[in-house]
Amino acid sequence: MPRVVVKPEVCIGCHLCEVWCVVAHSRSKNILKAFLHETPRPVPRVVVEENLPFTLPVHCRHCIEPSCVEACISGALYRDPLTGRVEHDADRCVGCYSCVMACPYGAVVIDEVNRKIARCDLCKEMGEPACVKQCPNRALVYQDSFTS
Amino acid sequence: MERFDYLIIGNSVGAVGCIETLRSFDKGGSIAVIGEEPHHVYSRALLPYYLDQEVPVEKMLYRPVDFYERLGVTPVLGRRVVGLDTAGHVVKLDDGRTISYGKLLLATGGRPIVPPIPGLDTEKENICNFVALQDLQRISRLLPSAGRVVVLGGGIIGLMAAEALHKKGLEVGVVELAPRVLAPVVDEFTSRLIEEAFRRSGVAIYTGTTFKEVQGGERATGVVLTDGTSLPCDLLVVAVGVVPRVDLAREAGLAVNRGILVNQQMETSAADVYACGDCAEVYDFLMGNRRVLPLWPNAYAGGRVAAYNMLGMKREYDRATSMNAMHFFDLNIITAGLNTAGEKDGFEVISRFDAGSRSYRRFVLKDDRIHGFTLVTGIARAGIFLHLMRRGCAVTSFKEKLLEGEFGYLTIPEGLRRELLIDEGVMSEHAAANQ
Ligand SMILES: Cc1cc2nc3c(=O)[nH]c(=O)nc-3n(C[C@H](O)[C@H](O)[C@H](O)COP(=O)(O)OP(=O)(O)OC[C@H]3O[C@@H](n4cnc5c(N)ncnc54)[C@H](O)[C@@H]3O)c2cc1C
Ligand code: SF4
Ligand code: SF4
Repeated sequence: MPRVVVKPEVCIGCHLCEVWCVVAHSRSKNILKAFLHETPRPVPRVVVEENLPFTLPVHCRHCIEPSCVEACISGALYRDPLTGRVEHDADRCVGCYSCVMACPYGAVVIDEVNRKIARCDLCKEMGEPACVKQCPNRALVYQDSFTS
Repeated sequence: MERFDYLIIGNSVGAVGCIETLRSFDKGGSIAVIGEEPHHVYSRALLPYYLDQEVPVEKMLYRPVDFYERLGVTPVLGRRVVGLDTAGHVVKLDDGRTISYGKLLLATGGRPIVPPIPGLDTEKENICNFVALQDLQRISRLLPSAGRVVVLGGGIIGLMAAEALHKKGLEVGVVELAPRVLAPVVDEFTSRLIEEAFRRSGVAIYTGTTFKEVQGGERATGVVLTDGTSLPCDLLVVAVGVVPRVDLAREAGLAVNRGILVNQQMETSAADVYACGDCAEVYDFLMGNRRVLPLWPNAYAGGRVAAYNMLGMKREYDRATSMNAMHFFDLNIITAGLNTAGEKDGFEVISRFDAGSRSYRRFVLKDDRIHGFTLVTGIARAGIFLHLMRRGCAVTSFKEKLLEGEFGYLTIPEGLRRELLIDEGVMSEHAAANQ
């Protein structure tokens, strides 16, 4: 599956992945505009856990048999068999949070303002995910391999 | 006679779980799905979300309109299966047609319960069930002329319907036979939080009582409760749950208890016949026995496991148990496993309520593992608990941490954390060696 893999031993807990995730999913794609002027501001789709000195970024795994898809009552979540990506169609999402209940990694982020959810979409329009590109310590690796 | 390699009865989520898995491995086998309802596959779980709207069917679709075409599935819609001959591998439709199959999946779901109460009859113009698109269409036609509604049933569906009708501006009363709402699903404290949220919003909840009778002729005009209270109404919604639809299976001689009995491979007692979803009794890994679990994820996952076994790839369904994500007014709730069990049943219960944020967490533990949990308000990352429960992980050493809002993988001791994350490729092997 295509996914972002973490090297927690080199993660310094700077949370820049969250910042750049917000920018990548903003309308302007501009860091200042996204943080100062966009309301509602997109939620970061990566969760950086902290239990100092340890930090651990957690992204959606794009599971082969995704529990979130199994639980999704609207069909908003589905796995694209051609790319191996698990996709979310926000228009169809009703905010039931069944996927929050189901995801074993806690990788579904609640977007309470819009009563929807958000998950790592691998920045599919941009080639490499923004968090991977911007991580100052190369703690995130984009693994593009696709096995059914 | 037409013949399909795979034939599915019931056009809903169980069917989709099966079809998507079949097609991942078998691109050429012929598949047909027979559905009594005339619609393309839609989600009945969306009914409460669209109760307040005149919705086009498209909004309710569970998969895109071209789903069957793309996956090479023949839909036979608006037709009911009335006979099953398991020896001959043939089903009979209500129009007299017969279809033969290689493998058959029964995903016939449930039938709404209408308790035997004088005057309670869903044939009446303003008494409705709440399980199918057709019920939603009926209710939305009645809404413009309705001011007062009574909902029978204080379970998840009844309460969701009550909230949606309240938000439409109707005066709503909910009647629940048990002494508290959602009694089979959550503990008493959570029931009280929910009842409070409803009462605060102006929805009347009557617990420990039911209808003695429904008044009126062709049109219900009100109900009288067993305690004597009279509630006038223009609309009556019956939401007391569903019973498995097993008539077809029973007549065909399959082993049936409350639901159609299946083993962990989702096989019924007849060769080449499988069952999943609301019509079946599946093995609950926490209870250690078979029971009906009328839940969306259970239907999908059961359909998937059935598909593997139909394909000859042996797979067992060993992760089924009860689980619910629900929300009422400002309360978000996620529960899974056994939540009505308590100390007297030999379980250890730990809980914490924060009055300020109104968040509540409760865990039911036994033999060093989680047997159930309830989260109210702070529901973020709930799936981690479900994961720990399904894998039977030892949690005693960090059980106090379960009650903390910021629980995550870094709260889990290192050894277990590695096992949970490396297996699944969250962390690289290299990272594990260096950490
Ligand atoms: C209002 C509502 C809200 C819900 N919300 C949730 C929720 O939030 N989360 C959750 O986990 N669960 C929820 N559920 C439960 C969930 O919808 C069911 O568990 C799920 O739909 C079961 O799927 P299924 O495939 O087993 O069968 P069903 O969805 O019941 O479908 C069975 C289909 O088979 C057809 N059929 C039956 N017999 C025949 C026959 N002989 N010939 C042809 N066709 C036949 C029926 O007409 C029906 O269309 C909700 C249910 C309702 C009613
Ligand atoms: S959200 Fe969770 S369950 Fe769904 S694909 Fe991502 S990691 Fe898997
Ligand atoms: S919150 Fe949205 S994506 Fe998640 S299960 Fe519900 S409808 Fe599907």
